[in-house]
Amino acid sequence: MNEASHRDTLDGESLVDGLRNGDGNAFEKFVRLFAPRAMGVARRVLRNEADAADAVQDAFISAMSSIHEFRADCQLATWFHRVATNAALMKLRSKLRRDVRSIDELTPAFYADGHRVGPKPAWAQAPDLILEQSERCQMVQEKISQLPEDSRNVVLLRDIQQESTASTARQLGVSESVVKTRLHRARQALRSMIEEELVGA
Amino acid sequence: MPDLSCREFIQFLDDYVDDTQPAEVRAEFERHLKACPDCVDYLKTYRDTISLARGACAADPSAPPPDNIPDELIEIILKSRSDGCA
Ligand SMILES: [Zn+2]
Repeated sequence: MNEASHRDTLDGESLVDGLRNGDGNAFEKFVRLFAPRAMGVARRVLRNEADAADAVQDAFISAMSSIHEFRADCQLATWFHRVATNAALMKLRSKLRRDVRSIDELTPAFYADGHRVGPKPAWAQAPDLILEQSERCQMVQEKISQLPEDSRNVVLLRDIQQESTASTARQLGVSESVVKTRLHRARQALRSMIEEELVGA
Repeated sequence: MPDLSCREFIQFLDDYVDDTQPAEVRAEFERHLKACPDCVDYLKTYRDTISLARGACAADPSAPPPDNIPDELIEIILKSRSDGCA
């Protein structure tokens, strides 16, 4: 993302202003600058040229409907990468006909004495030995796509794009402590879904 | 001080994994792990989950953007916008 973010900082502000004002030249510049990145993400998630192209279109529709939420102190490239990844994951979820799962149902329950209800033994494999690489990525992408939007956004920024807690908080317009809490719960939910897959429900 | 419960262990597991706890709290977590195989399993699978998430959809930031994006796709996206504004 270096090249895009570099150009982004040169005139990111006027580009964002143009997008907000519905300036057609700004939109064209935005599409030409960011469509290749969006296509790269969509191909990785969807592995199918037609679906990836649909997801890229969705990404730009989603970007234009939420550009007013973009904060001037954030990187346009970081923001759009999340929007594009989300669009690809939503396409994947609908293709696989999966539903959004409830975080509450996927985080551990405890008895009054503080012990966890129904603990299962850990899966035996190291993470890089779980399934073949491409199946592993597909499985994890599928599970991430089933997280509710607030949780998914935090996982995308913190774990996938590896943004800091502070940067994630700015991007999403929430406090750092909300980012921390959401991330911890989202990871627990993701852990449960991966456990269902590898150890059984 | 009462021993840490599994509920508390898991509630604050992110701080343990990030190593942001004061030394005496961390020591308490270590003691819990020595006595509790369930939480050892939870810790392993929680850490695995983080590394699985990091590896999924990962963009290689040093990779150049793909240049084989179809022109028709760009045109469709540009057209959809101008249609929407009309
Ligand atoms: Zn325990």
